[in-house]
Amino acid sequence: MRIHLAGVFVDDQQKALRFYTETLGFQLKHNIPLGEYAWITVVSPEDPEGTEFLLEPDAHPAVRPFVKALVEDGIPSTSFAVDDVQAEYERLQAKGVQFVQPPTDLGPVITAILDDTCGNLIQIQEEKPQP
Amino acid sequence: MDVYRAIADPTRRAILDELVDRSGQSLFEICARLTMKHGINSSRQAITQHLGVLEAAGLIRTRREGRSKLHWFQGGPLKAIAERWPIATDERDM
Repeated sequence: MRIHLAGVFVDDQQKALRFYTETLGFQLKHNIPLGEYAWITVVSPEDPEGTEFLLEPDAHPAVRPFVKALVEDGIPSTSFAVDDVQAEYERLQAKGVQFVQPPTDLGPVITAILDDTCGNLIQIQEEKPQP
Repeated sequence: MDVYRAIADPTRRAILDELVDRSGQSLFEICARLTMKHGINSSRQAITQHLGVLEAAGLIRTRREGRSKLHWFQGGPLKAIAERWPIATDERDM
């Protein structure tokens, strides 16, 4: 068994697609119209055949209170791996991305948390080399 | 809630240490720091209760910033300790 799909709920799929591709740098994989919404997935350019990331509409009535409660306590919806958190922090800040947690050394990992502008907090994480 | 009881607990002292390291943290960040840097694996609910004790003692304040609730350290109540037991000026000679 393999994990082929993960994702977040977003308040606007087209805005999310722009943020996850143009700002974060993922690539569009699927954009299949489904009536009012679409099946939109992106992939990492470093792993285009790898796990797809679904930008799922937050239309279900349970979703918005759920995501709102997560954000209130600062809990990220998901986490992406990066080679250098500090470099990504600087690159994304220059593009206007808001960080709610700057790069923070937590021992085995360095993390930072950004706002995806579509309702979610997203963690980026760098694993430090083991001594 | 008196300040002495608030700082009697090692987890609550660790929370204050981390809020001094960086002001304005969410519950998630506080929990991550306690787990990763202090090996404190208490539940989020338990940490929320600790934060309530610290807030009642006036040692932290909270504010909503954007869509998140953040926590700040404030040391004012600790002044009462130094005022109650002042350090004598000639103490270093003893």
